[in-house]
Amino acid sequence: MKTHDRPLSPHLQIYRWQWTMLYSILHRMTGVALSVGTLLLVWWLLALASGPEAFATAQGFIGSIIGQLMLFGWTWALMYHLGNGIRHLVWDSGVGFDLEVARLSGHAMAGITAAATILIWVVGYVAM
Amino acid sequence: MSLKTPLGTARGLGSAKNGTHHWIMQRITAVALVPLTLWFVFSAVALAGSGYGDATAWLADPINAVLMLLLVIATFHHLQLGLQVVIEDYVHGEGVKIASLLAVKLAAFALGTAAAFAVLKVAFTG
Repeated sequence: MKTHDRPLSPHLQIYRWQWTMLYSILHRMTGVALSVGTLLLVWWLLALASGPEAFATAQGFIGSIIGQLMLFGWTWALMYHLGNGIRHLVWDSGVGFDLEVARLSGHAMAGITAAATILIWVVGYVAM
Repeated sequence: MSLKTPLGTARGLGSAKNGTHHWIMQRITAVALVPLTLWFVFSAVALAGSGYGDATAWLADPINAVLMLLLVIATFHHLQLGLQVVIEDYVHGEGVKIASLLAVKLAAFALGTAAAFAVLKVAFTG
């Protein structure tokens, strides 16, 4: 049986582009990014356990422009993965699979998580 | 002709070989991470810009220490399950796949243990 010429799914060159594709792959990409992002959390915790000097170094990096940009990206990734993760948990209960509903829930989730990211940073800077 | 049933022939041939337990654990850790992530974000915002003393005092609080431990455990369990699927989907060479899976799983254990140790040290001595 010849199998190697079969189209693989998802076959991106043939599929018509749609929003739900983007929201789906972003879930995976934010998941991978957040996995890398845990390195920062581990560093911060170890620095806190190591003493004031190590902690100052970690805080210094987090407070730098690069650190803040990474943290902003990870905040969005965390909010997105959280929001879309809840969307997935709702799907697990068998609800929300109609194409129109899935598209709208995706838009709502993307909007809410973007707004949450901005809100977190505004509050964070005001509180500081 | 094979004497195996059609189900027996098909079972275990996916890239992951099995999946129900994986799926359930991913959901359990996901459900746990919803409140834990919200707590973490609120805490991180409240701690923004704070010094060593404030941060240690915060983590030494038993409730924060336990929630941080739960966050670390759930996060590393969840992320190694997720990265496993990503590797199984995209890495096709058997040797590279096994090496990648091993690296991810061992790194998750090591980083999770390091984070948990750090939390406990601050909680007991901070």
